[in-house]
Amino acid sequence: MNTELRRTPLHAWHDEAGARLVPFAGFEMPVVYTSILEEHRHVRARAGLFDVSHMGEIRLSGPQAAALAQRVFTNRVSDLRPGMVRYGLWCDERGGVVDDTTLYCVAPDEFLFCVNAATAADDLAWLRAVHTDTGFECTVTDETEATALIAIQGPEARAFTHAALGSDSPRPRRWHFAVSKFDGAPIWLSRTGYTGEDGYEVYLPSGHAVALWKALLEAAHGGLMPIGLAARDTLRTEMAYSLYGHEIDRSINPLEADLERFVAFGTGFIGEPALLSVKRDGPARRRVGLLLDGRQVARTGTPILADAPIGIVTSGTFAPSIERSVAIGYVPAHYAAPGTRLDVEIRNRRIACEVTQTPFYSRKS
Amino acid sequence: MAAKKEYEFPDDCRYTKTDEWVRLDEDGARIGLTDYAQSELSDVVFVELPEVGSQIQAGEPFGVVESVKAVSDLIAPLNGEVLSVHNGLEEHPEWVNEEPYERGWIVCVQIEDTDAFDSLMSSQEYRKYVEERASS
Repeated sequence: MNTELRRTPLHAWHDEAGARLVPFAGFEMPVVYTSILEEHRHVRARAGLFDVSHMGEIRLSGPQAAALAQRVFTNRVSDLRPGMVRYGLWCDERGGVVDDTTLYCVAPDEFLFCVNAATAADDLAWLRAVHTDTGFECTVTDETEATALIAIQGPEARAFTHAALGSDSPRPRRWHFAVSKFDGAPIWLSRTGYTGEDGYEVYLPSGHAVALWKALLEAAHGGLMPIGLAARDTLRTEMAYSLYGHEIDRSINPLEADLERFVAFGTGFIGEPALLSVKRDGPARRRVGLLLDGRQVARTGTPILADAPIGIVTSGTFAPSIERSVAIGYVPAHYAAPGTRLDVEIRNRRIACEVTQTPFYSRKS
Repeated sequence: MAAKKEYEFPDDCRYTKTDEWVRLDEDGARIGLTDYAQSELSDVVFVELPEVGSQIQAGEPFGVVESVKAVSDLIAPLNGEVLSVHNGLEEHPEWVNEEPYERGWIVCVQIEDTDAFDSLMSSQEYRKYVEERASS
């Protein structure tokens, strides 16, 4: 076992539960406990519990905390009130995506970014550099180590959470969070997630993570299953949510990535002039969802073809909820209309596919 | 310290180092993936089958098994002509996981003689081989 890998506060629990543990973004993380398909379906049917403590938390405090947040964040900061959460990107000067993040407004002069584990160190350096350049009056603190993050997602997730925390625990609306208490510790209940299901992401001090995890399982009386990173990936792929390093990175801008609704022009974020010119001309390539005719899986890197190769798959999986093989990828803009027939090349064979609306799965379907 | 798995390797089958099993029955030599292989792959979602009438060559790929997490070639344990393929797997690839030696069979081939079958690993030999790999 590689001793350099970091561990979340729940590592021993995962190991004891028989999870398959793999290196991910510098952490040793559970990829699957029982079966990816079983875990996936359980989240859609009832609820699942996810240890996502590897994700990073960066706090901004001070009179100009909002100004610094806005400088790096593509979405609007000025109308965030305490208790609100918003999704947005960080971009470089060329409009390339540095990370995708959620921004929590704690107080008018206090904000917290939740960032990807794989990019957390770069993000912190990026934010500190912008902080130095702008000279905004605020402090920047990395709280990753001290903070655990547990997601509970699925149709019964909220019921299980309130059973564990007490019926008088706060019930924030979607894209809001509320401060509550567990075990005498302050915790945040955030009505957000990465699965397409209702539920919470719970931020809490690392030392209380195991107790909360166990309390949630106990309160659910067997209705709650621990879910590994593999099913987390199939769940988000069905929703066509972007994964940093796949759909988005420094070589891709948010307009190409179909994330324009998270870009608030006129707010002065880094990369705004570059994105304005992309908007004026229209992006040359676009992110699309593909529905394959066969059950083969078009994995990351699979070529997308019209007559000749035109693009590449960034994520692909068998989507358990719709029992179809699906993929996300990039193609020239004139191939991006839903209904366009294309091929993917898997093991030197062309498999027909069709550009389709995303998400691939919706609760009503 | 993951929970220890108990694999099943029936005595009436012979085994390959690439984790296929072969069983002789009234139709010919039936071939599938071992309990160990299906467990490692987990969640099979697609099986690419050869054409009926085609020849498979010992040591050469004759098909592909895809799970949610990975893709794996099927390697022919011996030479032979494909008599039948398990079309039921197109609708139910999960049978490879659920019943690897029964409903999860993949192809049935006609073999020229039984020497090639006899030279494959026995159940005990294969179990030892799996345990050696697991502990390394």
